[in-house]
Amino acid sequence: MAVESLHPASADQQWGGGKSPFNVSYGKLMMWYFLLSDAFTFSALLISYGTIRFMSPTWADPNEVFNGMPFIENANIPLGFVSIMTFILILSSVFVVRAVQEGHMMNKAGVVKWMFLGILGGAAFLGCQAWEWTHLIAGVDHGHGMTIYRNTFGAPSHFGQLFFLITGFHGFHVFSGVVLNIIVCIQAAAGVYERRGHYEMVEKIGLYWHFVDLVWVFVFLCFYLL
Amino acid sequence: MASTDIHLHDQLGHDHHDDHHHDHHETFLTKYIFSQDHKMIARQFLITGILWAFIGVLFSVLFRLQLGWPNETFPILETLLGAWAEGGKLSPQFYYALVTMHGTIMVFFVLTAGLSGTFSNLLIPLQIGARDMASPFINMLSYWFFLLAGIIMAISLFIQTGPAAGGWTAYPPLSALGQSNLGSQLGMTLWLLSMTMFVVSSLMGGLNYIATVLNMRTKGMTMFRMPLTIWAFFFTAVLGVLSFPVLLSGCILLMFDRSLGTSFYLSDIYIGGEVLTNGAGQMIEGGSAILFQHLFWFLGHPEVYIVILPAMGMVSEVLATNSRKPIFGYHAMVYSIMAITIIAFLVWAHHMFISGMNPFVGSIFVFFTLLIAIPSAIKVFNWITTLWRGSIRFTTATLFSIGFVSLFISGGLTGLFLGNAALDIPLHDTYFVIAHFHIVMGLAAGFGLFAGVYHWYPKLFNGRMMNESLGVMHFWITFIGSYFIFWPMHYLGMTGVPRRYYEFSQFETFNKYDDLNMLISTAAILVFFAQFLFVINFFYSITKGKRMPASLNPWQGTTMEWTTPMEPGHGNWVGKIPEVYRWPYDYEVDGHGFIPQTVSDEQLKQLSKTNVHHS
Repeated sequence: MAVESLHPASADQQWGGGKSPFNVSYGKLMMWYFLLSDAFTFSALLISYGTIRFMSPTWADPNEVFNGMPFIENANIPLGFVSIMTFILILSSVFVVRAVQEGHMMNKAGVVKWMFLGILGGAAFLGCQAWEWTHLIAGVDHGHGMTIYRNTFGAPSHFGQLFFLITGFHGFHVFSGVVLNIIVCIQAAAGVYERRGHYEMVEKIGLYWHFVDLVWVFVFLCFYLL
Repeated sequence: MASTDIHLHDQLGHDHHDDHHHDHHETFLTKYIFSQDHKMIARQFLITGILWAFIGVLFSVLFRLQLGWPNETFPILETLLGAWAEGGKLSPQFYYALVTMHGTIMVFFVLTAGLSGTFSNLLIPLQIGARDMASPFINMLSYWFFLLAGIIMAISLFIQTGPAAGGWTAYPPLSALGQSNLGSQLGMTLWLLSMTMFVVSSLMGGLNYIATVLNMRTKGMTMFRMPLTIWAFFFTAVLGVLSFPVLLSGCILLMFDRSLGTSFYLSDIYIGGEVLTNGAGQMIEGGSAILFQHLFWFLGHPEVYIVILPAMGMVSEVLATNSRKPIFGYHAMVYSIMAITIIAFLVWAHHMFISGMNPFVGSIFVFFTLLIAIPSAIKVFNWITTLWRGSIRFTTATLFSIGFVSLFISGGLTGLFLGNAALDIPLHDTYFVIAHFHIVMGLAAGFGLFAGVYHWYPKLFNGRMMNESLGVMHFWITFIGSYFIFWPMHYLGMTGVPRRYYEFSQFETFNKYDDLNMLISTAAILVFFAQFLFVINFFYSITKGKRMPASLNPWQGTTMEWTTPMEPGHGNWVGKIPEVYRWPYDYEVDGHGFIPQTVSDEQLKQLSKTNVHHS
């Protein structure tokens, strides 16, 4: 079939005339450009956040909003829980770095192990986010909580609107990343990459995973620190 | 020079039979529908684009009927449109829907997907010497998402409340509140959904174009040996990949405002004296309608370059080939495209001079807007100097390319007026703006599309060519007719006639231009019907068109697409991909009529010897 003749095993044959002029595969290049594009999506959202925030006469104090902690009634630990969340996400990124490294060494068991830990980290982050949202909406400490319609922290409802929209959009990215990581982990375990002779897919999905992590740093900055 | 019509591709005539072996396993479904072949995807984009162009232009004819003959009734309209044209007269609601859909369809579906989608897909692999796109699968998905976007938009035409009717720019609060307008109900939801699908399609296409251009070039095809078409497609893709996501963000915020009761764009809205409240019964406040305008135009302005750059690239190629001269200022052309791409991101707020923006900020956008005229002018200069003293062959594609240059100059000059904040204030939202952008962006890009189709038709459809006589006729009626449509609009606009109005009969200042409007509408109808010359020619030639000459190079071009077989299979070249030894504009060099990029200096010496021998 013609399609098969398009993708011969050796990269040299693929170009027929020469070799890739860039020392990077087209797949990785596409991933980088996708991330650039996605960075613009998040930038637009965060710039909208800035615009609306600077138009508002008041804004919520993050230390007051984000001070809950699971299993502790009426806890007042400012930014305590979000620090744990952030740590989990960064740790998960580190696990994926290890998976990529094992991939370079063609160690299937290592890739699967570290990828699995990375997935656990991502899932844990999503779980934390679910708890945080529930906590904010239920408003355990304040009687009634924060939704997109109202805000009990002396701030306009935009605080909640932007918070739920942007962390939700980021959470959706994390969710997609977890799904991709699971697929990669299963494929690695099934020996797909071993047969292919390289673990580049782990690296490409890893790039996405680190990007999601990086975006969180900016989201964290905007909502929790500033 | 006929003696140097180089026949390096003799083997191709034979190989072309072998090539069919590959296709035996392909079923109808994999070959025509779920095809991953970039050439088939290009055809899919083109034919879908032509279909949408028919719908989009037909809509403009419908609302031109209203504008040209505001006091007449057309019973046939009621037969066709039912309740939307009771008594044979368009309802104002439907008029706005038509204007909105005309803009959306023409800008996104025809001039973005139909133009860049078609020719980036067709020419990138063929001209850089690649077997296919970097990822043929994602490329296929790109078409299917485009089709899905189109289907959603088409459905919105048939729903009870009608399609979106708040203008193609979809400004809130008009677009955000269903109470404001029938079209802002389900129609607007479908519009946003369709646009989201379109962004996905454009992203998938764009990533592929970028990766393919950077990574899949054949040996010897350095960046500065790429034809200008490829440079243009490359930067078009960069523009799309970086600007469409911002529209996506804007659309997401708008969806939330519409469906969930947030107030990102809404503030202090009163409807029938009642204050608008959210789900918790509180007044909606604190949002910014201007925020949407910024997000929209951050895409919206680069979008016009997404539309025009591919046309510019193809025109450069067609003009050089048919003037039998190297393109004038190749590097200047490349750097101009690059400069346009960068500055395109810094001019968006010139659409918003009357939005209440700080005049100082406005002056910065005036500066960048006028700055972008420089690379544009360099390109115009280079096209004219390419034509200058050339041995011009007036093929249909050449005519359309020259038409493009003419339109780009006429429309570009009025851009300088509008780019000035002080002049824009009286001209904003008048027919002057309509005239400007239709000529410089709509028509010019359309002419680029026509030039491309006439020129590369043999590569689109199995080596067949379109009929030149019909083509020339198509060109002259379209060219003259188009100027008749849009030139008078400048005068309307200068006297202040506002765009988007349903009728002017109640405005004494404006209703004296009825005759002029009638002329414009007549020309519009004429040009609409002239397009059937193209459509007939196009579809007839697919199966019945004349085959291109045995040299497989009907225009004696130098670029790589003319080294492929008559009917290239999936993979484009049989055997090894040819190597590239020179830039693509070696016309009339050292006594050679033209030297294809794939001819090395040694081969050339060999050829010169045999030529000398013969003479």
